[in-house]
Amino acid sequence: MADLRNNFVGIKSPNPFWLASAPPTDKAYNVERAFKAGWGGVVWKTLGEEGPPVVNVNGPRYGAIWGADRRLLGLNNIELITDRPLQVNLQEMKQVKMNWPDRALIASIMVPCEEASWKAILPLVEETGADGIELNFGCPHGMSERGMGSAVGQVPEYIEMVVRWCKQYTRMPVITKLTPNITDVRKPARAAKAGGTDAVSLINTINSIVSVDLDSFAPQPTVGGKGSHGGYCGPAVKPIALNMVAEIARDPETYGLPISGIGGVTTWRDAAEFMTLGAGNVQVCTAAMTYGFKIVEEMITGLSDWMDSKGHRTLEDITGRAVPNVTDWQYLNLNYVAKAHIDQDACIKCGRCHIACEDTSHQAITSIVDGVRHFEVMEDECVGCNLCVNVCPVENCITMVGLEAGVVDQRTGKPVDPNYANWTTHPNNPMARQAAE
Amino acid sequence: MGTNVSGIHGGRLAPADYEKNFSDLHPPLDHHEALVAADRCYFCYDAPCMTACPTSIDIPMFIRQISTGNPIGSAKTIFDQNILGGMCARVCPTETLCEQVCVRNTAEERPVEIGRLQRYATDIAMEQNAQFYRRAERTGRRIAVVGAGPAGLACAHRLAMNGHDVIVFDARVKPGGLNEYGIATYKSTDDFAQREVDYLLSIGGIEIRNGQKLGRDFTLGELTENFDAVFLGMGLAGVNALKTEGEQLSGVEDAVDFIAALRQVENKADIAIGRRIVVIGGGMTAIDAAIQSKLLGAEEVTICYRRGKEHMNASEFEQELATSKGVMIRHWLQPKRIIGKDGKVAGIEVEYTAMQDGRLVGTGETGILAADQIFKAIGQTFDPAGVGNLRLEAGRIAIDAEGRTSMARVWAGGDCVKAGEDLTVTSVAQGRDAADSINRALAAAANPTVAVA
Ligand SMILES: Cc1cc2nc3c(=O)[nH]c(=O)nc-3n(C[C@H](O)[C@H](O)[C@H](O)COP(=O)(O)OP(=O)(O)OC[C@H]3O[C@@H](n4cnc5c(N)ncnc54)[C@H](O)[C@@H]3O)c2cc1C
Ligand SMILES: Cc1cc2nc3c(=O)[nH]c(=O)nc-3n(C[C@H](O)[C@H](O)[C@H](O)COP(=O)(O)O)c2cc1C
Ligand code: SF4
Ligand code: SF4
Ligand code: SF4
Repeated sequence: MADLRNNFVGIKSPNPFWLASAPPTDKAYNVERAFKAGWGGVVWKTLGEEGPPVVNVNGPRYGAIWGADRRLLGLNNIELITDRPLQVNLQEMKQVKMNWPDRALIASIMVPCEEASWKAILPLVEETGADGIELNFGCPHGMSERGMGSAVGQVPEYIEMVVRWCKQYTRMPVITKLTPNITDVRKPARAAKAGGTDAVSLINTINSIVSVDLDSFAPQPTVGGKGSHGGYCGPAVKPIALNMVAEIARDPETYGLPISGIGGVTTWRDAAEFMTLGAGNVQVCTAAMTYGFKIVEEMITGLSDWMDSKGHRTLEDITGRAVPNVTDWQYLNLNYVAKAHIDQDACIKCGRCHIACEDTSHQAITSIVDGVRHFEVMEDECVGCNLCVNVCPVENCITMVGLEAGVVDQRTGKPVDPNYANWTTHPNNPMARQAAE
Repeated sequence: MGTNVSGIHGGRLAPADYEKNFSDLHPPLDHHEALVAADRCYFCYDAPCMTACPTSIDIPMFIRQISTGNPIGSAKTIFDQNILGGMCARVCPTETLCEQVCVRNTAEERPVEIGRLQRYATDIAMEQNAQFYRRAERTGRRIAVVGAGPAGLACAHRLAMNGHDVIVFDARVKPGGLNEYGIATYKSTDDFAQREVDYLLSIGGIEIRNGQKLGRDFTLGELTENFDAVFLGMGLAGVNALKTEGEQLSGVEDAVDFIAALRQVENKADIAIGRRIVVIGGGMTAIDAAIQSKLLGAEEVTICYRRGKEHMNASEFEQELATSKGVMIRHWLQPKRIIGKDGKVAGIEVEYTAMQDGRLVGTGETGILAADQIFKAIGQTFDPAGVGNLRLEAGRIAIDAEGRTSMARVWAGGDCVKAGEDLTVTSVAQGRDAADSINRALAAAANPTVAVA
């Protein structure tokens, strides 16, 4: 059995699956249920300042997009931070941590961007016995209009400043939660590191309008005839999150900075992907909100079984393993040549590969051969773009096969060059030409 | 309640059982089910299902329209090709047509439920009385259609759309042909057939004259004289006789009459049915008669077919449906003699058959099946009364690829022609295509090509 125990910046949990700060972690009732179900840790729903709590809308706060059979693919929300009094949350956190000493309990915090505010709340949180704090610099709606959340997360100087205050006023490990609503996620990550953060977590939700009601002409969710942009999460955001995690993991300036991966984690496989791209653990929100806490069982067994089957013993064996293989486009090997290949036994003859290639790509797949319906790749036309693989409804029916060095590429008529060569030295690259001259 | 005494009686079941037994074979999909079913379609390129549909409905398109919440647009896609798409959705043997070739069969041995999706969309459009077609400007041309079955109706609709005036003559009291009198009650429930005729007629320009029989009330010659064109879609009015001893006994009936009576009756309990039934035949009619006998409360129903299972015209699905209802299907048996007692059927002597040198022969071995009612379902025939010297082929009207008969300005389609299978959907296709051919011919006649020197 693989060892799934997780040590993230000194915070220990029996597995790397944490619940992200969100409704599933808003009160003791939920968190108790989550721990019973097996979750390794929780980041408590974001706490605000002492005093009258924020209020949420009393109408719909979620919108969604769905795939086949109404499978939820993307969720959008306009919820704010916790709307319960600070003291109630703190008491419950303390009690829960006492009941579950082996699980991670992190306090998420969002208070105004003033030193006094942070200085005031940190000792209160510390007193609960929480294992660490997460700074919510991500919430893209409501709170950002009040100068908090992503309004801070979008300004690297503010991030650095607040992180510094936190490191100064608490002994607890500090995780800085980043917003994806920026152009280059490395900037806020570098700022957090400069401020002394112990780790970053990402992503928070993405600014979004999920749909428009075509009868009322209002965005959804619609509250009294109007809608505002919300935060997007769930399976649909995973690719964006993966890239952002990888960007930080391979940035020389933040290299080695612990990362808690968030965004669309729904299965063990998603979690494993985040971890190989450098995440030390993962956080989950939408998947739990869609299916309930029980999904963690699938994540635990799935990850463990996969690790067993591959001989990986601990999480350290997989964390960051894919990072060295993430590179910039300009360093990709232009001498690598692949061709699509259709497994005729698996092909169900739907014709989608043909029409995709015919209408929108390189006219490299037949539809009729000798008068019969037959789909086959014409190697002399195939540029190896992979579109057909992606549109084929049958898994592994079309595969990309790399050509061995020396084999003649039917399309170019040239043998495959065994040497690595990339754009930086390519004759068509004006920069390369310049360098050579 | 109910009775299982021997002889032929109505009211064998409790009233509630009739309703249950004759409800929809394939119940309609609700909204959610339709979305789930539609999601399974791959939107194939040059979709095989579309090729397999005799009316070439753009199946991937209409299914995609369902999945995007546009059932009305979906219905129009269907009706554009097949104005009786509602009935076809209920009666097509999809397992041997579109659904047989659905690529999902290869993928997971379960096709997209094309028939039920088609019904979903057409039901919505018909419920809302969504009308998609307006007549073209009137051409002043008058066309006679004989037979208000699927072929005649599809032809009439397409002609009316093109601005022609259509008069449909039908021998029966109600229009619809076998949609009204032949289709099993559990396939076309309630008054759907008539509602569909009304829906189709709302285009205008079509007049139906019922109780008008070609060969009795008028001749083909009169029609060609008084109309610009004629379409014959009379179906098969005759039935094959067994030509065996005892055929005249009380209790020996034509399956099609029994099926028609069942469709027309108000209260199913009024249909008298035997305790032990033998159905002779191997097609859809035999299956429908057998199943419905069982549903009416017959204790024992046996289909005797003179060839093997693989030769049956009824599809595998139909055969399985029958056996699932408790019908016994026996092969390689042919009727030899019907045995009577007091002028009524008491049983039937059957003889085993075998193939010998490519010919079906009796083996001489016989046996007796007890029966108090026997249904003959050994095929219908074309009744050529009134068609004059129109060329026939294998007993039915000969046509070319466009539906033209041997006589100028006379077209034909549906079961009365020798082309393709005897199905509702092929009849619709032939009626529609003949209308297009008529339209082209009339247009060409109106604008004769002028020779340029
Ligand atoms: C019992 C039974 C069950 C069937 N079940 C199915 C099924 O489940 N699915 C399927 O696809 N197909 C089924 N069929 C076949 C299908 O019903 C026919 O193929 C189809 O109805 C043929 O259409 P049509 O328009 O050619 O003829 P018909 O539907 O037979 O219509 C012919 C019309 O012409 C009229 N007519 C006949 N002679 C004259 C005359 N001399 N003058 C004026 N009018 C005349 C008749 O009254 C009738 O209204 C079944 C057939 C039978 C008998
Ligand atoms: C309804 C809702 C409320 C959320 N509230 C918070 C919050 O209070 N603090 C926070 O840091 N993130 C909040 N998030 C963001 C999640 O913690 C998480 O970063 C995001 O949903 C991406 O993960 P997922 O794809 O697994 O849902 C919220 C998300 C949702 C859906
Ligand atoms: S999920 Fe629960 S709280 Fe939310 S709308 Fe439904 S019933 Fe109400
Ligand atoms: S998309 Fe896949 S299944 Fe469909 S025809 Fe192409 S190879 Fe075959
Ligand atoms: S063959 Fe099946 S999957 Fe393909 S378009 Fe037709 S119904 Fe859809």
